[in-house]
Amino acid sequence: MARAIRVGIAVVVIAILPAIVPSFVVFDFIYVAAYAIAILGLIILTGMNGQISLGHGAFMALGGYVVAVLAHNLGWPYWVGVPLAALASGAFGLVIGAIALRLAGVYLALATFSLAVATPSFLKHYKSITGGFGGLSLDAVKAPAGLPTSGQQWLYYVAWAIAGAAFLASALIVRGKFGRALRALRDNPIAAISFGVNPYSYKTLAFGWSAVLSGIAGAFLAMTTAYVSPDTFTFALSITLLIGAVLGGMMTFWGALVGAIVIEFLPLVAQQVNAGAPSVVYGVTLILMMLFVPDGIVGGLQRLTRRLVRRVPSPTAFEPSVPAAASMAVDQPTRE
Amino acid sequence: MIPVYRKAVTGILAATFALAVTGSAVAPALAADPGVTDTEIVLGGTHPYSGPASAYGNIGKGIGAYFSYVNDRGGVNGRKIKYIDKDDGYSPPQAVQIVHQLVEQDKVFAIFDTLGTAVNTAIRPYLNQNGVPHMFVATGASTWGKDYQKFPWTIGWQPDYQAEAALYAQDILQNHPKAKIGVLYQNDDYGEDYNAGLKRGLGKHQEMIVKMASYETTDPNVSSQVSTLKAAGCDTFMIFATPKFAIQSMVAAAQQSWHPTTYLNNVSAAVPFMNAASKAGGPAAVAGVISTIYLKDPANHARYAGDAGMKFYNEIMAKYLPTADKDDGNYLYGVSIGYTMVDVLKRAGKDLTRKKVMDIATNLVEKDNPLAYPGVVIRTSPTFRYPITQMITARWLATDWSPTGLLVDTRSMTMAENK
Amino acid sequence: MHDLAQQIVSGLATGSIFASMALALVLIYRSMGVINFAQGELAMFSTYVAWQLVQMGVPMWGAFFITIVVAFAGGVLLERLVIRPVERAPQLTLVIVTLGLFTAINGLAGWFWGYVVKPFPTPFPTTPLQIGGVAFSAQDVGVIVVSLVTLGLISLFFQKTKLGLAMRAAALYPDQSRVLGIRVGWMLALGWGLASVVGAISGIMIAPVVFLDPNMMQSVIVYAFAAAVLGGIESPIGAVVGGLILGVVLNLLGTYVEAIGNELRLAAALAIIVAVLVIKPSGLFGRATVQRV
Repeated sequence: MARAIRVGIAVVVIAILPAIVPSFVVFDFIYVAAYAIAILGLIILTGMNGQISLGHGAFMALGGYVVAVLAHNLGWPYWVGVPLAALASGAFGLVIGAIALRLAGVYLALATFSLAVATPSFLKHYKSITGGFGGLSLDAVKAPAGLPTSGQQWLYYVAWAIAGAAFLASALIVRGKFGRALRALRDNPIAAISFGVNPYSYKTLAFGWSAVLSGIAGAFLAMTTAYVSPDTFTFALSITLLIGAVLGGMMTFWGALVGAIVIEFLPLVAQQVNAGAPSVVYGVTLILMMLFVPDGIVGGLQRLTRRLVRRVPSPTAFEPSVPAAASMAVDQPTRE
Repeated sequence: MIPVYRKAVTGILAATFALAVTGSAVAPALAADPGVTDTEIVLGGTHPYSGPASAYGNIGKGIGAYFSYVNDRGGVNGRKIKYIDKDDGYSPPQAVQIVHQLVEQDKVFAIFDTLGTAVNTAIRPYLNQNGVPHMFVATGASTWGKDYQKFPWTIGWQPDYQAEAALYAQDILQNHPKAKIGVLYQNDDYGEDYNAGLKRGLGKHQEMIVKMASYETTDPNVSSQVSTLKAAGCDTFMIFATPKFAIQSMVAAAQQSWHPTTYLNNVSAAVPFMNAASKAGGPAAVAGVISTIYLKDPANHARYAGDAGMKFYNEIMAKYLPTADKDDGNYLYGVSIGYTMVDVLKRAGKDLTRKKVMDIATNLVEKDNPLAYPGVVIRTSPTFRYPITQMITARWLATDWSPTGLLVDTRSMTMAENK
Repeated sequence: MHDLAQQIVSGLATGSIFASMALALVLIYRSMGVINFAQGELAMFSTYVAWQLVQMGVPMWGAFFITIVVAFAGGVLLERLVIRPVERAPQLTLVIVTLGLFTAINGLAGWFWGYVVKPFPTPFPTTPLQIGGVAFSAQDVGVIVVSLVTLGLISLFFQKTKLGLAMRAAALYPDQSRVLGIRVGWMLALGWGLASVVGAISGIMIAPVVFLDPNMMQSVIVYAFAAAVLGGIESPIGAVVGGLILGVVLNLLGTYVEAIGNELRLAAALAIIVAVLVIKPSGLFGRATVQRV
């Protein structure tokens, strides 16, 4: 029940936000929607399945460029482009996922890191399609004729509607047999396999689904910025996504929402804290989070509320205390 | 969380306030443009203070220093300039978000000196749709001058890369008509603009280009490219590179005992970079290199010892950025472009509107920019929006750039090209 | 032919840059199974320390040795402060912490020293050398020699000294080592110190070639990853050989293979990473490990 209330509150807040905040904040929250979709994919892949990806910016790049190229070169509408972006990115994700099967832990991190680093040079290389270094400019999204909203508000609602759908679909997938298999493969692969879980298909599918989500996110990033260029999809984007997932918390989908808000606003806050070196603030925040709240903001809040609840004598007080490290998403041995 | 929260709260307050104001229907009589009050002009900008292009962040700091200087002397027509300058990390989406915030929240009067071609391409449509002046962008791509009909609110400042390269081509045709040209260029729009200008300048003599080699900003060094050009038998070396790679390529050529006639693009020709190359590759690495100048070089202490403009620059730096390395030409660029901006605002007079400022920026003749190379006039017209078109070619002699001719105006070349 | 020889020589010179950085990565990986994404930034920071010392009037080689001491202390300190608390945490936590270090150290260097490219004095003579028409510099030879000497010293240290053996034991069999009275925690800290020293040496050797700026290591580190993986991420010899091979192969691909050119050199290096990881994860010199599910 509590969950239904929380979800309800989130939906209401998102729905009325454009009416109460200035338009540039609405604009910022379109990016939040895009990041939330991408981070959701990472939570499923890394949090629930233990595969570390430092390369999901590459899938966002694919999604963004599919929409941009179709719109810019062929004049196709966005509502055709976005599903195609999801498909293309998902297909690419399945291919990478199949390769990733052979790479454990930190090796996968390295390989996906490589993918992220190489992305801009590919985008630059195929100039005739991608516009090369200069990128492609797009038309700003317009609201359908007859609607009393601005193009920006329209994009905001569409982005959040799709984000909602992505969360719902992911929840359904993860709750069922698929999710059980994923978690089993993460926690105890040998037992899972001996119970008949096929690790290859499940792990690859998890990769594919996370890529679909990243592709959609990339499409919205492109439409919101109304511009794509290799500079948009540097490896820093991939790292930022992972940071968002970790800071938000890998245990629940709420982590995606919180993480997206954090990565959207932390860089702006960081330069207010220290205008001379925003990245110092960014880096130190990350390290401190890892040292003291390794299960992310959502995980930390959950522990906090649990502790508060326990002080009050009540039936719900009887809950085992979960040490931070044990509640972390990815349980792998530190050393090989 | 907290800042978001705060934003939301301020947002709600602001919205309520706006409702209250409009509700009471006592709107101010004057329909003044945003960002101008009786005492203040608000300008916005973004620079890369983090990320790969952070070296250029010093341009923003130079601008800030100059604006403080102006404000301490009473401001512009009685108004102080408030310059809101933020870090875009050289990322187009981040720049777009910041610019939305600057325009919609901070209500800036104009966006001034955003840096980088990708960043400016990304923010240009939004600013033009909203009629916000997008002034004196810090990039030399030719599109800022060329596409003014589509984007009337945007204007560049520095010489465009194509014109500069065309000038080198002219110099080659005049002085080395039998040259075998080898080109090293950065593989992006920056390098490609230079290549286009070189080809344009060579005209029907394009076959003089024997070999072109590109590098990526992710390359650790360029020695392989330099040996390719040497092996192709080139005797003329065009370096269209950012400073680090330009230094590397001059050093690599010297180390491979290759001594071609070398042309070096202006961006990389500041005295400290030449000294660095000379130190690492020996004086032969830089002897006789040819480049162009359009601004004074703060590291060239000997040449500008008695120069009034340089004294003015040194004073500003000493007072407002005392710990900064004032030999860094980026600061000087910032002060110089800030001077043009203030000049335009001054000429626009007490009644500031965005339209008026754009009109003045596109009908400008500025002869007294203290940091432009002596004789360089910053000049625009509504149909010709390349503010700086004059340059002088110079040759590196031991410790200093020595001008080799007269100021050249590339204006007519660019006009012919745009026809 | 002559051009080919030149490309190979300049590839070896560039490769030695990758090699020395890869060596530092391998040391950390061997000591705790972590890939330190901040390794390049640590090296960059140490190089700035050396630069600062030279600016203050310390002679080049004096600055070199002081920097090595500072780097060692810094490496040990970082391990104690930042890595130790998360030592037993999942891989992902460690990856994020090293990424955090990467960001923070890069910003710190920019804050202290600015982002403008600075020349770095070379400890070697600058006169060009030539053998049979192939040009190279004393700097190139110097970097290769220093990498090889570093490699030799490290191998000696691990094989012949008690401390080195203890470090290997602590890395491979932490629990048994503890029983034998080896202070495993401190061994890991020493590993960080040592890697940081190797990084500092490589930074000081590289800086005269690539020039000093806070982002100088960001592309080098990617190639160093490729070199380390190619050679076998647990093998110091592999790191050096992998680096040299990578330098030469990339030069040849860039020069002679139209389809790759200079533009896709980075992509080619990354393709090598992925291909090696998929086909032969132990690399050229690594021992084959038992594949876990």
